[in-house]
Amino acid sequence: MKSLHEFLTMGGYAAYVWPAYAVAAAVMIANAVLPGGRLKRLKAEIRRRKGAGA
Amino acid sequence: MDKHSWAWFHRFASPPYLYKVAGLLTPWFAWSAALLIAAGLYGGLWSSPPDYQQGDGFRIIYIHVPSAYLSMMCYGIVALASAVGLIWHLKLAHAVAVAAAPLGASFTLLALITGSLWGKPMWGTFWVWDARLTSELILLFLYLGFIALTRAYEDQRSGDRAGAVLALVGVVNLPIIHYSVVWWNSLHQGSTKFFGNDAEIPASMLVPLLLMIFGFTCFFAACLLKRIQVEVLERERNATWVAEVLR
Repeated sequence: MKSLHEFLTMGGYAAYVWPAYAVAAAVMIANAVLPGGRLKRLKAEIRRRKGAGA
Repeated sequence: MDKHSWAWFHRFASPPYLYKVAGLLTPWFAWSAALLIAAGLYGGLWSSPPDYQQGDGFRIIYIHVPSAYLSMMCYGIVALASAVGLIWHLKLAHAVAVAAAPLGASFTLLALITGSLWGKPMWGTFWVWDARLTSELILLFLYLGFIALTRAYEDQRSGDRAGAVLALVGVVNLPIIHYSVVWWNSLHQGSTKFFGNDAEIPASMLVPLLLMIFGFTCFFAACLLKRIQVEVLERERNATWVAEVLR
């Protein structure tokens, strides 16, 4: 890349390159965040049940 | 067979051990992934030169190839874990297969979307029903079928077994995807020769691509380990070790 402008326009392919990277980022973020949240909720649920004497 | 050669296998077959090891390894893979992908993005989007034919449009390769590779590698894991689960009646192996499938589906979807966004400017179409694209789409349906099947039964073990059989039947699709560009005329380009004197890709493009492939693989490993923890805990919630771990 020679300039910021060239980077942003991707030499005329911005309409394809940036959406592809945006979708990739969305999929990666979802993959990174969802299991952690599920694990946290599951742990809380198990702890709650144990606390309730179940 | 002496006792020691199977000791590692038995340890991994123990849910608390797998749960603990997965938890210890996750941050290492996550940080490696972050560093590798950051370096790969810098190399891929900024410092590498445009392709002589495709200009800057080729830069989709840095996400398309890693996700396509992971989509197939992950299916291999699902099928292998399913086989181990079926043959040795190992519940934990089924848990690994069930944990891996949604990840594989997501990378298959990513490979299809990035591929179609790459296809539009280069081939003039988002989609074409040729062998490579169609077999990759079938891979997505195999993942979805596996996920649906494993959740369709009241009894976890029935679901695990039904899904595992589907996963094993679907293995036939992997060589079809891989060799589709050789066996059939395809708009999709053939496999690129990465190494050796007749390599078809310059180092300035190869290095970021390898960084992204390794980065995506580490990311995948971190996500898979996390998902395995969730799956193991879900299945073992009433076991005594769970109460001890969560204390």
